[in-house]
Amino acid sequence: MSQKNRIEGGQIDRSRSLSFRFDGKSYQGFAGDTLASALLANGVRLMGRSFKYHRPRGPLSAGSEEPNAIVQLRSGARQEPNTRATVAELFDGLEATSQNRFPSLSFDVMGVNDLLSPFFAAGFYYKTFMWPAKFWESVYEPIIRRAAGLGALSKQDDPDQYDKGFLHCDLLVIGAGPAGLAAALTAGRAGARVIVTDEDFRLGGRLNAETHAVGDQSGADWAAAVVAELSALPNVRLMPRTTTIGAMDHGIYAAVERVSDHLPVPAPGKPRQILWRIYSGRAILAGGATERPIAFENNDRPGIMLAGALRAYANRWGVAVGERVAVFTNNDDGLRTATDLAAKGVDVAAVIDTRTGGPLLPGIRHLQGAEVIGSSGRLGLSAITIRHANGKTETLPVTALGVSGGWNPNLNIASHHRGRPVWEESIAAFVPPKDGPAGLSAAGAAAGLFSTHAALRSGAEAAVAALEDLGLKAALPDLPRAEDAPVAITPKWYVAGKGRAWVDQQNDVTVKDVKLAHQENFVSVEHLKRYTTLGMATDQGKTGNILGLAVMAELTGRSIPETGTTIYRPPYTPVAMGALGGRSRGHEFKPTRLTPSHKWATEQGAVFVEVGMWLRAQWFPKTGETTWRQSVDREVLATRASVGICDVTTLGKIDIQGTDAGAFLDKVYANTFSTLPVGKVRYGLMLREDGIVMDDGTTARMGENEWVMTTTTANAVPVFRHLEFVRQCLCPDMDVQLISTTEAWAQYSVAGPNARKLLQKLVDQDISDAAFPYMACGAITVKGIRGRLFRISFSGELAYEIAVPTRYGDAMIRALMEAGAEFDSVAYGTESLGVMRVEKGHVAGNELNGTSTALNMGLGKMVSKKKDAIGMVLSQREGLVAEGGYRIVGVKPVDPAKPLTAGSHFLETGAAAVAANDLGWLTSVVYSPHVGSSIALGYLKNGEARKGQRLRAVNLLAKTEVEVEIVSAHFVDPEGVRLRG
Amino acid sequence: MADLSLKPITPLGNDAPVRVTIGPVTIAEVVDSAFASLTRRMGQDIAAVAKGAGIPLPAAGKVEQGATYGAFWLGPDSWMVEAPFASHEDIVAHLKPVFGETASVTEQTDAWARFDVTGERLPALFERLCNYDIARHGAGSASRTMLEHLGCYVVIRSATHISVLGPRSSAQSLFHALETAAHSAF
Repeated sequence: MSQKNRIEGGQIDRSRSLSFRFDGKSYQGFAGDTLASALLANGVRLMGRSFKYHRPRGPLSAGSEEPNAIVQLRSGARQEPNTRATVAELFDGLEATSQNRFPSLSFDVMGVNDLLSPFFAAGFYYKTFMWPAKFWESVYEPIIRRAAGLGALSKQDDPDQYDKGFLHCDLLVIGAGPAGLAAALTAGRAGARVIVTDEDFRLGGRLNAETHAVGDQSGADWAAAVVAELSALPNVRLMPRTTTIGAMDHGIYAAVERVSDHLPVPAPGKPRQILWRIYSGRAILAGGATERPIAFENNDRPGIMLAGALRAYANRWGVAVGERVAVFTNNDDGLRTATDLAAKGVDVAAVIDTRTGGPLLPGIRHLQGAEVIGSSGRLGLSAITIRHANGKTETLPVTALGVSGGWNPNLNIASHHRGRPVWEESIAAFVPPKDGPAGLSAAGAAAGLFSTHAALRSGAEAAVAALEDLGLKAALPDLPRAEDAPVAITPKWYVAGKGRAWVDQQNDVTVKDVKLAHQENFVSVEHLKRYTTLGMATDQGKTGNILGLAVMAELTGRSIPETGTTIYRPPYTPVAMGALGGRSRGHEFKPTRLTPSHKWATEQGAVFVEVGMWLRAQWFPKTGETTWRQSVDREVLATRASVGICDVTTLGKIDIQGTDAGAFLDKVYANTFSTLPVGKVRYGLMLREDGIVMDDGTTARMGENEWVMTTTTANAVPVFRHLEFVRQCLCPDMDVQLISTTEAWAQYSVAGPNARKLLQKLVDQDISDAAFPYMACGAITVKGIRGRLFRISFSGELAYEIAVPTRYGDAMIRALMEAGAEFDSVAYGTESLGVMRVEKGHVAGNELNGTSTALNMGLGKMVSKKKDAIGMVLSQREGLVAEGGYRIVGVKPVDPAKPLTAGSHFLETGAAAVAANDLGWLTSVVYSPHVGSSIALGYLKNGEARKGQRLRAVNLLAKTEVEVEIVSAHFVDPEGVRLRG
Repeated sequence: MADLSLKPITPLGNDAPVRVTIGPVTIAEVVDSAFASLTRRMGQDIAAVAKGAGIPLPAAGKVEQGATYGAFWLGPDSWMVEAPFASHEDIVAHLKPVFGETASVTEQTDAWARFDVTGERLPALFERLCNYDIARHGAGSASRTMLEHLGCYVVIRSATHISVLGPRSSAQSLFHALETAAHSAF
């Protein structure tokens, strides 16, 4: 199909023809086109259906403010709904479809909504779908969503990658129009680090859309020359296709770079988009301005667009939207559209100017004091109705109408820190607030300075000022001559009439809706917004907001500044969720920590469990074992019978040194450490300031001033952070140095009656009971390799933890298994670890639950009263030490065949299962192959005194109830003979 | 009896270090350095002793290389000392006699996976990885920074040579992040 509306000129590359499809039909465009400009060139004005009434719509704008030309791009997994055709860069093979219509764009059965519009006024769903209440979520909302939908998600995984990144600069320039380029040039020449972002793929802003001369060049040529100079400066980074979406704290701005959206698919390894965090010393908002329409009856037909957009299509893209056009304006800028189009040979039927007086446009039918009061045409504009100054009406056949109600500075980012925009009467628009983000200034049209000269000058001046703030000197460049026309506007917001005049075209909000809101007393701008949904669509009301509140101001008889305005939140334009997620998705959501034995464990077919970021072996299935219990029972029995090996590298290891290290440990542990001899290990209990147990573990004294603390896996980081806090803030006078060594050592627990025999095959020193007694520690060598040995036990067996530098961790597990073969040694995972610690009555994560004290855990005597330790005083609070409180107990089912359920609550026999009768709960439940039944630890009120009693363990969620016997928490070797063996 | 002697593996779990080239950069796993943290004890002066032993003690945010020893700043009065692994496998045994009880020394060699990234345009790679302004700080600077959720040290040895030290247990995640960012950047 020919590009019948293509005219001469423009910044498109006519040598590069591009094929694309819209709603299944093939078209041609050129490199440099947007989807909208290419469709308009092909005579396609109808691009979508409206949100609520399914009205036929075409583009209103030529930029990111677009409310109407919302389409779905691509297909398959890359299908992307709700994209603006006005900013979708055309590429060969682009596939686009219209949305929110059935069965087709030109015949949409939901168009019936338009006929039923009296029922769909603002707030209709609040009033209509009141009863029955439970129908809202299940019936009404789904129906409304289907009828009023936007595009559809593919529901497939996004095949593209997204990056995040960090950029740094002295000056961030947001927008590369005349003001932004002048600012960048000034700062760039001064040697400052400058980043320039612009949402467009072609830098230059409105200079590309206007015919003004800048110096002795066209504006577009001047922009291209400046861009070329800036590109050559190593201290300047130009970022086209990059939208600065928000101002964060401390000069940080978020920006989305569309790296590959203009390509059919991203190049291999390349991201589709990058979310940049830009750290700036200063920033200049040079984001230009957005034109606003004047509302009149049926002002939403395809072919009716903003006057500035109409001439942008002609000047930048060489497209005459209609063969016969008219312009409706209340300001001089609208007149430019008429003169530009006439100069391009387009038939300008009339300029309808709401103002009276002043010079008339030469050679153009310029109707002063007139208004457009209506339009006609089924799927696109065919005629407008004009009311002349004398009251007579005239129907004028046109296929395009440019409307200009004035321009609003794009101040959005300046109000991201809640700054309130300020009304500027001379341009009838809001300008950026004075209390915007610190370090951000506005220039050019974004500051309400609409002439090219003012834009260039304010941009350069803003750059000089910003650099001066940073202690950098910059000189004002010689600015080229440029037009400096004053803003001549007489505000006109809407044309009164009986029909519907659209204010917010994306959300189908009309002047009538604003009137209804007023009538129902939703007069504040915030209420107006929520009641009518004005400005709540994906365009954030860029073209409709000011119009809506101006209508409200008129209705309430207040001025616009008295009426106020809503402010903007990030993002400036919609952002793909993928860009926010970056690479953090699927398996890459977080890093993985692998234990030194991971490779070996994988070879053994281990089943892994995530513990924080660690992957730990949970159990090691053997051939023939069909359930995890079989594996775990075997591992536990074999360990207690002979020897088992477990990777315990994940336990936090903190190196503590200094002449006050012992005193420091006395401070952070409830029990005393300073008296511990060198070469010995002690179990320690760490309390929070409020007396609740924070963590437990062992700490070894490796030298006079050298200690190694172990923490639980889960608390490795919190404990380290806590110790640093104590060191730096509570005890700054102590000579203590801390550093984590968790990763430096591969550490294995070797437990069971044959543990020593096994280890002695590898350890070069004598580790007999006499040489290396219970709770000993020290430096050793393992076949000549430096290592550490700790004789500590979590399982209750004769046990050691042996550590070697991590690089030998893989070799160490292989050596241990090899050396243990003669003892039928087993590797055991976290499940068996759990079983053996419960059999031994040791507390772990389930008991260290953030609400329990040492007394609750049966470790009350560890809290030394002889010294001042963190948490000691508050652990003695009356409520925490009262008789009858929770105490740890062991639990067995009376019938060994009955399994226990963790989380079950203790109840007296016959007591109702209500909170008032609750006596406590089962914290940890395992199956003990040693006992031959489920066993558990639990917190039980007055638990010590209840040993031997029978209670019920009731779980209302799991619907289980088991009669249990309260026993000692030490199910295995209560006297502790084995571990001293 | 079987040979039970221990054979080391690299952070990525292999016998030999991995090395890849992507565009203008090469990412190489480095296993020939030994590390130890060195922290001055309260009230002690270690500057002269360190100087005598050829151990640089760079200022905040800096890295310095001496004849045998190099060091980068970790925190107030605290440095990571580097030395060749072959000669200083037990680096603490070398440093402890120098400093005695004037400083705390802790072995850190195997706590870290070291990847050296060499080549042109390194800032273009690192801007996709971490919030450390490589271009502004330049050669001779070092900093702790987050890199894909991992606490790492980034050491700028020269404009074309940057070391990244990340937690050894996450060596694979870190290497993957470096590789992916390089593919993205170049």
